[in-house]
Amino acid sequence: MQTFSSNFLNWDIVQNYLPDLLAGMWVTIKLSAIILSCGLIVGTGLALVRMARLKLLNAIIIVFVDVFRALPPLMLLVVAYFGMPYLGLRLTGFPIACIVLAGVLAAFTEELLWAGLSTVSVGQYEAARSTGLTFFQMMGYVVLPQAFRLIQAPLASRIIATTKNTALASVVAVPELLSQANTAQGYSGNATPLTAAALGYLIILLPMVVVARRLERAGATR
Amino acid sequence: MNDFAVNFFNLQILSRVWPSLLQGLMLTALLSVVIVPVGLAIGLSLALLNTLRICALRWAIVIYVDLFRAFPPLVLLIYVYYGLPFFGIDTDAFWSVVLALVLNTSAYFAEVFRAGIEGIPHGQIEAARATGLGSFQAMRYIVLPQAIRNMIPDLLSNVLESVKLTSLASAVTLPELLRAARLAQGNTVNATPLIAASVIYLAFLWPLVRLTTRLQRRTLAGQK
Repeated sequence: MQTFSSNFLNWDIVQNYLPDLLAGMWVTIKLSAIILSCGLIVGTGLALVRMARLKLLNAIIIVFVDVFRALPPLMLLVVAYFGMPYLGLRLTGFPIACIVLAGVLAAFTEELLWAGLSTVSVGQYEAARSTGLTFFQMMGYVVLPQAFRLIQAPLASRIIATTKNTALASVVAVPELLSQANTAQGYSGNATPLTAAALGYLIILLPMVVVARRLERAGATR
Repeated sequence: MNDFAVNFFNLQILSRVWPSLLQGLMLTALLSVVIVPVGLAIGLSLALLNTLRICALRWAIVIYVDLFRAFPPLVLLIYVYYGLPFFGIDTDAFWSVVLALVLNTSAYFAEVFRAGIEGIPHGQIEAARATGLGSFQAMRYIVLPQAIRNMIPDLLSNVLESVKLTSLASAVTLPELLRAARLAQGNTVNATPLIAASVIYLAFLWPLVRLTTRLQRRTLAGQK
């Protein structure tokens, strides 16, 4: 038991590495904020573009969405990070992680929202237009609110999954929480930094999980 | 343009690294074949235990499910892989991956099964019990068959996610498909192995993606 607490819950070690861990947590929060906002906006945009039903454009969107849903996000990250130099492009890990993970979220959002939009009945669209609303007013005030309600539970769990995926950025040398903890663990020969990182993730994610659970219940009883 | 083909779609390179990619694919398949059934079994057991309505047990299950759904799988994996040796437990990369991903996916599966079982109207169970079935029989013959049919889209998309998660094994140097591709890319100084691995993933997972899309749309339409 002694060895457990000194190796996993060692306060001295936490104090030593706390600045690094906090810096890592800040990077994780920044990453999540950028990825979530870009992913949701782009995903919504793609679903709206898809409503225009232009054949070629829709085919491109469908291929993008399917590829980004089928491939493991880590595979996409690695292809982007290690493949890009062959194109003569050099980007650091942070922007690449943002682009790739936002792309993954956008793909899932588009897919869900498109399903939600096609579930809202045609009468709603027609009624909105016949009261004189423009296309964007109709979407903004009538259709999108209903569609988002329909998909709130799966969308919430996708947002959580995306936030968790920011840990993947450690693989492409982004100094976020996991990579800081991993480095500290290596230097100190002690697993406590990993425990601290795990706690950090729980602090960020548990509230999201609780909200998601509420939404699931709400969706199920409606 | 030629440069692009040489660096990304190089058949010579592909034929050189093909055997190691195939080995990586086998390892990915092996991981999936171990993790998915075990995760399903534990998830189902947790959901069944949940129906016993024992208060303490229910809380324990909620904590298990929420904890492992909140834990980023990569963090869990690193924790298992680098943490267990401090206990004097020799961690083999393969079993670390299995343990971490089973903890993760079983939590998701438990949640899907729980929702599915609770979605079956209570009258069904009462009717089953009234005909003289035991509570186990009612679960086995009446509730589960209906529940599982409703759960198929969610189960399938969780299976897809589990298979994708096996790529995390590369972080603990297990040479599954992604890591094999990375090593091959390093050795050949060419991006072709990465593209090839992506295409292999796509070949296996795209059909699954299409299927989940279709099934999910059907449930959403039915839900309204």
